[in-house]
Amino acid sequence: MTADEAALTGGSLRRRRRLRLGRAEPFVWIAPALAVVLFVFGYSMVELVRRSLEYKGKWTGLDNFRITVEDPVFQVALGHNARLLLAVPVLVLLSLLVSVLLFEGLRGWRFHRWAVFLPYVLPIPVVGVIFGQLLQLNGVLNRGLRAVGLDALALDWLGQPRWALWTLTGVIVWKELGFGVILFLARLLAVPAEIFEAARTDGARFFQLHRRITVPQLAGVIAFYVVVESITMVSWVFNYVYVMTNGQGGPADSTQVTELYIYQNAFQFGSPEIAAAAATILFGATLVLIALFFRVQRGAGLGAGE
Amino acid sequence: MSKALGKLVKHATLLAVTGVALFPIYVMISAALKSQDDFLRDPWGLPLEPTLSGFRTALNDQFPTWFANSAMLTTSSVAVTLVLASLAAWGFARWDFRGRDTLLGVLVSLMVVPPVVLLVPLFVFGVEIGWISTFRLVILIYVGLMLPFSIYLLTNFFRTIPRSLIEAAIVDGASSWSVFRRVVLPLSAAPLLTLAVVNLLWVWNELLIALVFLQDDSKRTLMVGLTGFQSRYNLDVPVIMSGLTLATLPILAFYLFGQRFFVRGLVTGAVKGE
Repeated sequence: MTADEAALTGGSLRRRRRLRLGRAEPFVWIAPALAVVLFVFGYSMVELVRRSLEYKGKWTGLDNFRITVEDPVFQVALGHNARLLLAVPVLVLLSLLVSVLLFEGLRGWRFHRWAVFLPYVLPIPVVGVIFGQLLQLNGVLNRGLRAVGLDALALDWLGQPRWALWTLTGVIVWKELGFGVILFLARLLAVPAEIFEAARTDGARFFQLHRRITVPQLAGVIAFYVVVESITMVSWVFNYVYVMTNGQGGPADSTQVTELYIYQNAFQFGSPEIAAAAATILFGATLVLIALFFRVQRGAGLGAGE
Repeated sequence: MSKALGKLVKHATLLAVTGVALFPIYVMISAALKSQDDFLRDPWGLPLEPTLSGFRTALNDQFPTWFANSAMLTTSSVAVTLVLASLAAWGFARWDFRGRDTLLGVLVSLMVVPPVVLLVPLFVFGVEIGWISTFRLVILIYVGLMLPFSIYLLTNFFRTIPRSLIEAAIVDGASSWSVFRRVVLPLSAAPLLTLAVVNLLWVWNELLIALVFLQDDSKRTLMVGLTGFQSRYNLDVPVIMSGLTLATLPILAFYLFGQRFFVRGLVTGAVKGE
């Protein structure tokens, strides 16, 4: 920072200073940001790995990992994250459908685009509380269902272990759909119109047209969306679970996920070493997803966007 | 004939999707304007006798404190992020130095590290130096988490600034600082604004870090406060919905007026295909 300040002071010194900085100059600009990033990420990640290998300050090798992996709750949590991944293909298909419909430019499409994207910008805690109220046994949704005679469908959406995770998946889809729609639509609008025209004059019908033209054109951006959403399902669902289940992951661990497992072990059960081991595993899983992404992207070649 | 039918189906599908997207938001706002009795009688209907009593109860709670805390945290961490990120991005975009691409690559990949992974070490650190329940530690963490994406976005933009503009300024004897301030920044209003919007949204909506690091009652943020609010007013749905509406209003206002900045910011990362 001091070298930076030196570079800022004006006057006749300026020119000489600049020369003397020479090859170090870019680092002067980068240093402040780098220091923060090194602390928040670098320090934490080194500390995390160290803690995952210790118990009360003593080296214990991989013991923490063994305990974590053998913990049935952790296994359940991982399984739930894996089940949440099922939402990704649903999201892709729905986003494709909606973005293609918007792309057709029907009357009012701008309003629809605005509405579909809105859930994505709302805070997850707010969304969680709204749905928590809507989906209660005597909540708004069930009262509506009963009013039209669909009593059989009026489930205890969040209160029954069998349904709770699916309900949660539904809420996540509701919130994340807009992101896919906006991404795909932005890409579609960048495709030269002649490509669609040519296919249309060839007589391609709706589904044909979009299977042959739209999907290949969107390949890159679809891959991107798949990765972002997969990472979300594996490591960014804490907020939904925490808010909709009062921080419990219930009923009876039916919505337990890896992040909540880490949080509970660290801050409620007083076993930070288990939390550290679980966090290391979660981080590893995220890395695998990214590596997969780069491989897919390289394989896709053409479609990889600009 | 079949064409008209097709169009009808398309319209109907879009309407259904929009309906599902907006319905929960409608329930939030309409319930906020109802009295408890009204809501229990008819949770779906319009608030025919709108009342502000829900809002009044919410505002008499700790709501204003939470709101102020969130506003403070959001603006200061975003401001710091923008300053640090634009300095660093200029360093990356202007000079070609050894290891630059590797360093940028590592930075970009940090975007996907889940915050929960960093929680335990940072918390222990906070306890050791006595910074739990202080805004400075939370701001530091937020800044760190926002920097990778911010640097990435700005570096990409700075690279599009024509070299000739910069050389011309240097020939005129401008130092790198004045090139940055007089040439680069004035050209970058749009990406900086985009970045500000995306980051403001993220910090305003953040729950996990605020929950863990700001445990003191007087330091709670809006999002943390609201999750507790829910259990306190468990039976009074209009009060809960009033609180949620108040928390969402700044975002809704932002979204109504600045939709394109949201969209641009969120799409940028993707369309570049990185």
